[in-house]
Amino acid sequence: MELFTNQVLAGIATGAIYACMALAVVMIYQAIDHLNFAQGEMAMFSTFISWQLMQWGIAYWWAFLLTLVISFVGGIVIERLLFKPLAKAPVLTNVAGFIALFAVVNSVAGLIWDFTIKQYPTPFGSSPFLGSQLISTHQAGMIGVTLLLLVALYVFFQFTRIGLAMRAAASLPESARLVGINTSWMIALGWGMASAIGAIAGILIAPVVFLEPNMMGGVLIYGFAAAVLGGLTSPLGAVLGGFLVGIFENLAGTYIPGVGNELKLPIALALIITVLVVKPAGLLGRPIVKRV
Amino acid sequence: MSAVEEVVTEAPAVEAVPKRAMTLGLGTSLVVLGALVLAPLFVKNFIIFQMTMLLIYGLAVLALNILTGGSGQFSLGQSAFYAVGAYTSAILMEHAGMNYALTLPIAGLICFAFGFAFGQPALRLSGIYLALATFALAVAMPQLLKLHFVEHWTGGVQGLVVTKPDAPFGLPMGQDMWLYYFTLVITIGIYIASVNLLRSRSGRAFMAIRDNEIAASAMGVDVALYKTLAFGVSAGITGVAGGLGAIAVQFVAPDSYTITLAISLFLGMVVGGVGWLPGSIVGAAFIIFVPNIAESISKGLSGAVFGVLLFIVIFLVPHGARQIAIVAQQVLSKFKK
Repeated sequence: MELFTNQVLAGIATGAIYACMALAVVMIYQAIDHLNFAQGEMAMFSTFISWQLMQWGIAYWWAFLLTLVISFVGGIVIERLLFKPLAKAPVLTNVAGFIALFAVVNSVAGLIWDFTIKQYPTPFGSSPFLGSQLISTHQAGMIGVTLLLLVALYVFFQFTRIGLAMRAAASLPESARLVGINTSWMIALGWGMASAIGAIAGILIAPVVFLEPNMMGGVLIYGFAAAVLGGLTSPLGAVLGGFLVGIFENLAGTYIPGVGNELKLPIALALIITVLVVKPAGLLGRPIVKRV
Repeated sequence: MSAVEEVVTEAPAVEAVPKRAMTLGLGTSLVVLGALVLAPLFVKNFIIFQMTMLLIYGLAVLALNILTGGSGQFSLGQSAFYAVGAYTSAILMEHAGMNYALTLPIAGLICFAFGFAFGQPALRLSGIYLALATFALAVAMPQLLKLHFVEHWTGGVQGLVVTKPDAPFGLPMGQDMWLYYFTLVITIGIYIASVNLLRSRSGRAFMAIRDNEIAASAMGVDVALYKTLAFGVSAGITGVAGGLGAIAVQFVAPDSYTITLAISLFLGMVVGGVGWLPGSIVGAAFIIFVPNIAESISKGLSGAVFGVLLFIVIFLVPHGARQIAIVAQQVLSKFKK
C-alpha cells in the first residue's frame, strides 16, 4: 500500500508538468480550433528568454513577469504575421504552418543558446516537501501554480467581458461578429494567452527536465495525451487529464510486468487512442454534433 | 447534468478536387516518363540512388494522397506503415532467405491488413483527432520495434543489414541502376492502379465520403467499409514503399522511422498538392532535396531555413504544385491560341 501511495504521489508530481502543457494546448485549441504542434517549442523559447534575462542579472520574479509579457506579445505577433493570412486556408496547410514554425523556433533557439543542457533555478527550493522523499517543494509549488492558473482562467472566462467575448468568438464566430465582437483580435488574444501559459509551463518544467532546445519534445506528447483525456474543450479537464496521465504512467510502470521505462511512452499513446475511441470528447469535454 | 452540445456545420477538411484534375494528361505523362527512364543513363551512381529514393518517397506520398486527397482522412502516422513494410521485407530476406522481389507483395499485404485493422478504431475519429491518433502510432512505432521480445527478429536497436540485389539475367548494369529501374516499374504500376482506383466505383465512394460523409451514407455508400479500405490501401502502398526503401538503403533500424519521417511525408503531400497524384513526386523532391539545400545555405540554421522555405511555399502556393501546374497549363493554352 505504501508503494501504491508513493507511486500516486510521484505520478501527481510528474502529472503537474503535463497538466501545465495540456492547459496551453487547450487554450489555443479553444481560440483557433487547431492543435498547435509548435506549442512546446514556443514554450521552450520563452523559457530561454527568462533564463537569458536572469543571466543579465534580473531577479527571478521580474524575469518571470517580463517573460510572460514578451511571450504574450510574441504569440500575438506570430498570429498576426503568419497565421492570420492562413485563416481561410485548408486545415492541412495550417498544420504544415505549425510544423514550419516548429522547425524555425527549434533551430533559432539552438543557434542562439546552443544545444548544451543548462541548469534552471527554482523559486521553491528542492528540499523534500512535508518530509516526503517523492515530492519536492518545487513539484509542490508547480502543482500549486497550475491550480492557481486554472482558477485565474476560470474567473477570466466566466466573469469578465473579454473572457465572454472570447468564448463567443470561439463557439459561434458568425454570431459573435454580428454583436460587435472583433473575432479576429480575439483569436490573436487566444494566441497571446496560450503563449504566456506555455511560458509558465516551460519555466516550471525547466528545473525538472533541464533547459535545452529539445526539452519539450516528450512533454508535448504527454500534454496532448492529457488534453485529449480531459477533453480538448475543457481547461479543467486538461489539468485533471494531466494528473491522471502522470499517475497512470507511474502505476503502469510499477505494476504491469514488462513495462519498464521503454514502454512508458507507448502506454501514454495507447491511452490517447483508447480515449479517442471510447469517448472522443474526453472526460469533461463537450460532445460535438455534426450537421449536414 | 445539462447536455451542452456544440453543433457545427463542418466544412470538409480537404478541398474537393474533381477527379479529372487528379491526374496528368497523356502527353505530359509520356514526357515525364521519358525523363525518368533516360535520366539515370547520364548521371553518377549516387544521384541514381537519390532518384530511387525520390521514387520511393513519391510512392509513400502518393499513398497518403489517396487517403487524404481521396477519402479526406488525415494521417500523421505513415512512418509506422513504412516501418512495418521495411521490416517485413528485411526480415523475410535476411531470416527466411526470400527473394527481394517476392517480399514486396507480402510487405504490402501485411501493411494492408495492419492499416485496415488500425482503420477500425480510427473510424470514430475525424479531423484533428484522427491526426492525433495516427501521430501517436508514429511516435510509438520505434519503441515497439526495440521491444525485447521481438529483438530476435528485428535486431533491436542495431537493426538489420539487408543485401542489395544484383541485376538479374546478366544485364549489363550496376546494382544502383537495376534497383532504380526495378523501383520505377513498380512505381508506374502502382501509379496507374491508383489512378484507376480513384476513377472507379470505390474511388467515387472515397470522394463522396471526403466531400460529405453524412450525404454519402444517405446515398448508400458503406462509410465504415470505404474509410477502412482507404486506410488499408494507403498503408499497403506505403508498405511496398517501405520494403523498397529497406532494399535501397540496405539497412533498417527503429530510429530511421521516427515521427520525423511521418511529418516529412505529410509535408510532401501538402507541397505537392493535396489530391493531385502527380504532385507526389514533386513533394518527394521537396522533402529529399530541400533539407540539403537548407544545410548548404546555413549549417547551424538548417532547420530555420527549411521552415522559412516551407512558409514561403504555403504562402505563395497554398495548393502546392497543383496550383503551379494549373497556371502553367493556362499560360500554355494562351500561347496555342
